[in-house]
Amino acid sequence: MDKRVDMSVQIADLRLKNPVMPASGCFAFGKEMADWYDLSLLGAIVVKATTLEPRLGNPTPRVAETPGGMLNAIGLQNPGVEKVIGEELPHLRKYDLPVIVNVAGTAIEDYVETAKRLSDSGYADALELNISCPNVKCGGIQFGVDPIVAAELVSHVKAAIKVPLIVKLSPNVTDIAEMARAVEAAGADAISMINTLVGMSIDIAKRKPLIAIETGGLSGPAVKPIAVRMVYQVAQAVKVPIIGMGGIMNGEDAIEFMMAGASAVAVGTANFVDPYACPNIIAQMETWCREHDVERVADLTGVARKQGGFLVADRIR
Amino acid sequence: MTIWKVTDHVAIADQMMRLTMEAEGELPDYRPGQFLHIRVTDGFDHLLRRPISLCLVEPDTKQLTIVYRISGKGTKLLSEKRKGDRLDVLGPLGQSFPIHTGDRHALLIGGGIGVPPMLELAKQLAGKGIRVTTIVGFQSAKQAILIEELSAYGEVLVATNDGSLGRQGLVTEYMTDGLLALADRFYACGPSPMLSAVQRVMQDKVDGYLSLEERMGCGIGLCAGCVHKAKLPDGTVGYRKVCKEGPVFPAQEVVFHG
Repeated sequence: MDKRVDMSVQIADLRLKNPVMPASGCFAFGKEMADWYDLSLLGAIVVKATTLEPRLGNPTPRVAETPGGMLNAIGLQNPGVEKVIGEELPHLRKYDLPVIVNVAGTAIEDYVETAKRLSDSGYADALELNISCPNVKCGGIQFGVDPIVAAELVSHVKAAIKVPLIVKLSPNVTDIAEMARAVEAAGADAISMINTLVGMSIDIAKRKPLIAIETGGLSGPAVKPIAVRMVYQVAQAVKVPIIGMGGIMNGEDAIEFMMAGASAVAVGTANFVDPYACPNIIAQMETWCREHDVERVADLTGVARKQGGFLVADRIR
Repeated sequence: MTIWKVTDHVAIADQMMRLTMEAEGELPDYRPGQFLHIRVTDGFDHLLRRPISLCLVEPDTKQLTIVYRISGKGTKLLSEKRKGDRLDVLGPLGQSFPIHTGDRHALLIGGGIGVPPMLELAKQLAGKGIRVTTIVGFQSAKQAILIEELSAYGEVLVATNDGSLGRQGLVTEYMTDGLLALADRFYACGPSPMLSAVQRVMQDKVDGYLSLEERMGCGIGLCAGCVHKAKLPDGTVGYRKVCKEGPVFPAQEVVFHG
């Protein structure tokens, strides 16, 4: 009686058993979440940003709640690529899922070196190039706002690695479709989007910003309409698959991103509210597909696009 | 994630609320110093949970009590919960205050909203036959909480900033060499300036633990939002996660300056 739904999706060379993965920075390196459920339930795992040298991260407060979301300014705290490869990644091989490692840097050289070591380690099935962290002075965002600079970085990293390269885009740009086209042309195998939007909250009693470094990245349901619009826009500008994210809290949100043009989705802030957010979203997506006679979840990708209509990418400039 | 039913919820001092809840299923494992991570409302308006220390557990009735201060929108919403309402709770979470069964005398030090976790700790220490002396500090008598309850397990020394109750001044006023000489261990929870002062006074004299407070995101070690500077296993200083590696740390590992 129960119809089976094919939940698998393809992102570059990676076959995922379902389209749901945790977003980088929202899952640490997986050990903490493994206390709550079997990570093999996930479509993939995206671990925290890794840099060549260890990074202490920003002073506190690093997080603040905002209506329908939160600000964070962690500052890419991580033990550096050597310890990540030696201590953080090997345990993930126990699970049946692709491991995607987020790579951050400050210049082409350290991005390339970090990416190469991760690719050579055998513990990363794909890399996600972080050119969009808004929370460090010199940590990638300068690569994420200029299409020429972004393309140069992508082509260097791509040449140094053997695994697929996903490029994570910043929403803090004038024209995200132009950024997407530039990284695709430079060799990106997939695009993930969106990183957080730069935001700020002020504690009016103390007359100072709530976040220690003043600004932080806004995430959560508050950013979802912007993220959906940007995925819709980029899906029309490039051919590479998109991993969509931004405020996904449930299965219907995830379906919305797929319809906008995403081939898979990432879940971030929702993990902080409910540790079971990812498995719940997978189950909810499957139920939705069954109830709506969708045999393959991959068939939903891009269905919301207006056939023969105007290109939203041309309208929003 | 478990659902709890509110069985009692009253104001016990200025902006201080005591909430008692009952487990709908089995009482989860708990230890003194751990915290509950509580959703204050359904829906997406207030996403993040609020971390609140365990104050007292009554295993026979499966009741658990927290005491918190209304200090923002989240705790204001929590304060509106009524008897019979259900609470979505993660936990108890985090590292607890270790109990050393060989100790004879423990010194407990709580400042303001750092006092509540001392009650379950005092109860468990006293239950192990360890003598308990508790020093509590408040801004003023209006904010004083749990003095009577703590008195059931040992002597309670009170300090207030304005002198409206007990001795005027900080909790460190009571920490004389004479008292420290009697103590095998100390346990402290309170604002950072207090913990820093306690660490300084206790250094080289008494071993103990500090329970830290930081603004939290996830509460389970995912986001690295609630970090505090502390010594790492390799001896260097880094940011450690208060929710997962803490909130209780050995006092000599915590770094307040630099």
